[in-house]
Amino acid sequence: MKAAVVVFPGSNCDRDCKVAIERSTGAPVDMVWHQQTELPQGLDLIVLPGGFSYGDYLRCGAMAAHSPVMAEVKKAADRGVAVVGICNGFQILCEAHMLPGALLRNASLRYVCKPVELEVSNAQTRFTAGFQGRRQVKMTVGNGEGNFFADEAALDRLEGEGQVVFRYLENPNGSARNIAGIVNARGNVLGMMPHPDRAFEEELGSADGALLFQSALRSA
Amino acid sequence: MKTKVHVFLKPGVLDVQGKAIEGALHSLGFSEAANVRVGKTIELDIPGDAAAAEAQARKMAEQLLANTVIESYRVEVG
Repeated sequence: MKAAVVVFPGSNCDRDCKVAIERSTGAPVDMVWHQQTELPQGLDLIVLPGGFSYGDYLRCGAMAAHSPVMAEVKKAADRGVAVVGICNGFQILCEAHMLPGALLRNASLRYVCKPVELEVSNAQTRFTAGFQGRRQVKMTVGNGEGNFFADEAALDRLEGEGQVVFRYLENPNGSARNIAGIVNARGNVLGMMPHPDRAFEEELGSADGALLFQSALRSA
Repeated sequence: MKTKVHVFLKPGVLDVQGKAIEGALHSLGFSEAANVRVGKTIELDIPGDAAAAEAQARKMAEQLLANTVIESYRVEVG
């Protein structure tokens, strides 16, 4: 088992993700700089971390989506490697068209940073199997632009195909249909605004994030 | 050619910044202000004639300058 965390200029949860994955799974984690044109061999999981890649210039994630490394991340996803985008990573996956929709400014116009209760809307994905049927988990959000948007037809498709993975029990940012996380049609690319990397030990208020990383690697 | 690309959220997408600015204008007494939208303008120089500049600017908008899931854009040349 092997994981990598991509580091963009302005990422700030890259080290959190490395520590979270190492401690919760024991897997070695390589840090990959965004200008690299090759990924390490034999990866089972690639994480795009939270932060403010390229200072959120133009749109959150817009520049990072065109970083050289993203072409390789797309190829890896096409081969079936698990990819998880957390917060800014979710925005990058949407901007790179690896996931549908987009993340808008929070409806409140305020940055929100707090623990949130999430419904596990699809417990059958390779990322949620480790919750073992639990319908509710807790993680922390920290975002100013986490308001998930897609047109009605796209939302219907996401719900119909079981691609909605997490929903907020109390919507902190105005996301359409309370959506907190989605997977692609193939089920190997997950984007989510809440941070599993901030919820991997009980001391942090929740260890549910550890189960997500364990699931992602176990399914590889 | 001097070229401008104007980018706005699509009409169906709630523009919370626009709403906030509209509220502030109302509180300043500009009660006639309605449908306030916030967008951005990207200015750039593109070599070639107006038609070529417009075509290139459109490609740039589609690939990077606008996110057409949520935004529409307008190109102004010259």
